Amino acid sequence: MPDTPLLEVSNLQAYYGSFQALFGVSLSVSAGETIAVIGANSAGKSTLMKSIVGLVRTADSKIRFRGNELTGMETHRIVAGGIALVPEGRRLFRSLSVEENLMAGGQLQRDGPWSLAEVYDLFPVLGERRNQPATSLSGGQQQMVAIGRALMANPELILIDELSLGLAPIVIRDIYSALPRVTAAGTTAIVVEQDTAQALSVASRVYCLRGGRITLEGTPNELSRAEISNAYFGV
Amino acid sequence: MVWANAILQGVLVGGLYALFAAGLSLIFGVMRLVNIAHGDLIVLSAYVALSCITLTGMNPLVAILVVAPLMAAFGYMLQRYIFNRTLGDDILPPLLVSFGLSVIIQNALLQIYTADSQKLNAGPIEIASFNIAEGLSIGWMPLLMFVTAVVLIGALQFVFYSTPLGRALRATSDDQEMARLMGYNNRHLYSLAMAISLTIVAVAGIFLASRANFDPTLGPQRLIFGFEAVIIGGLGNLWGTLLGGIILGVAQAIGAMIDPGWQILAGHLVFLAVLALRPEGLFPRVDG
Repeated sequence: MPDTPLLEVSNLQAYYGSFQALFGVSLSVSAGETIAVIGANSAGKSTLMKSIVGLVRTADSKIRFRGNELTGMETHRIVAGGIALVPEGRRLFRSLSVEENLMAGGQLQRDGPWSLAEVYDLFPVLGERRNQPATSLSGGQQQMVAIGRALMANPELILIDELSLGLAPIVIRDIYSALPRVTAAGTTAIVVEQDTAQALSVASRVYCLRGGRITLEGTPNELSRAEISNAYFGV
Repeated sequence: MVWANAILQGVLVGGLYALFAAGLSLIFGVMRLVNIAHGDLIVLSAYVALSCITLTGMNPLVAILVVAPLMAAFGYMLQRYIFNRTLGDDILPPLLVSFGLSVIIQNALLQIYTADSQKLNAGPIEIASFNIAEGLSIGWMPLLMFVTAVVLIGALQFVFYSTPLGRALRATSDDQEMARLMGYNNRHLYSLAMAISLTIVAVAGIFLASRANFDPTLGPQRLIFGFEAVIIGGLGNLWGTLLGGIILGVAQAIGAMIDPGWQILAGHLVFLAVLALRPEGLFPRVDG
């Protein structure tokens, strides 16, 4: 593992109003890794992702990306720095076509391997439906647009929140099969999942969250099923 | 032929109403801000033009070239430093601020320009007209207003649906948090939208002031005409806004033919009928 992490989160405390959702979460991600963040509903996984991109209020925390402090920075500046988020529920722009959604993702025009042609090559069905309203696509295809839209920003770090939520198993398998190509292009990924088996199949390291705290960290090979179950459910 | 002439004049006036409405519709569509001060900003533009003309003696139509950039810059600053601070999940704060702005503009204009009626003199074009049939004539000024409305709404439509700025505005209108995640600076985008809105306001204000007398208290009524045109046409549809303006103009013209006192009332009645029978407007935007 290289010495300087790409992303370093230290003692993250995140809040919705006066409600505290994360309690001293710390993690470190090196360039080229694929990290899985697993945990049950309300464990704080999405809050962790939103905190990294500045969408949730944090206090007494440090979030460093390539050594630069992100805490307090506006979301659009964090994104311009090289982090993209695929949000839970996809949240495509409903009045934009598939291609316009992708182009919105690429509007910063950062240099990198991803372009419209590359995204259409990764997900050919999107090329066939480029002029359709994005929200008229099936759930799986919408998830492809959401991932493609984030890739169009040519991020160094892509955060994918609940990739498999609400999708059929065969569709989930298709989308997960595209992930190695994303990371092979040099993009570091953090994948948030409730589907532990799916997450472990792609991850080089795993963090488990429960009740807003990290309860387990390790590589998929070194963690036993019992350890994961204990960290996930607290039993 | 008298009726045909009235309807034709109503259509042409509808262009002016569409100009009142287009900026209002744009701001509501992009940031869900109901700008109560919109009518007063139209009147403010007329007074800015009056000052320019008094200082330089330029024609009101030429003054558009000066007033439009001034109002655009004012709009950008107004949004960036006032309205942006009030935007959030609650729609009430921006509504109240725009109401306050309306009061401030009216009173500032009263203080500076007094309550006396004013009118901009556009020269011979104001009364020049041509006949298209016996008893059916078109004034050059109303025609110019109508054509300007069509061109401006066409330009807005182009910007909205065929440019990166339009894509950004539609994206932020759909989901402002996701737009930030695309790297869009929403505060800048909203300010640009307000600048575009006040550019149209400047044109509308100068046409309004060249067509009839104006005074500092005229804004709220122009706001109502703008609202009515937007609602009749259907929210989120720019060409619908033009058609809404035309329907309002024709309704007023027909009302005036029946009885001069019915002119404004007829427009309100058509608005009421649309609101009751088809509250989404006659030509609402259809999203996929």
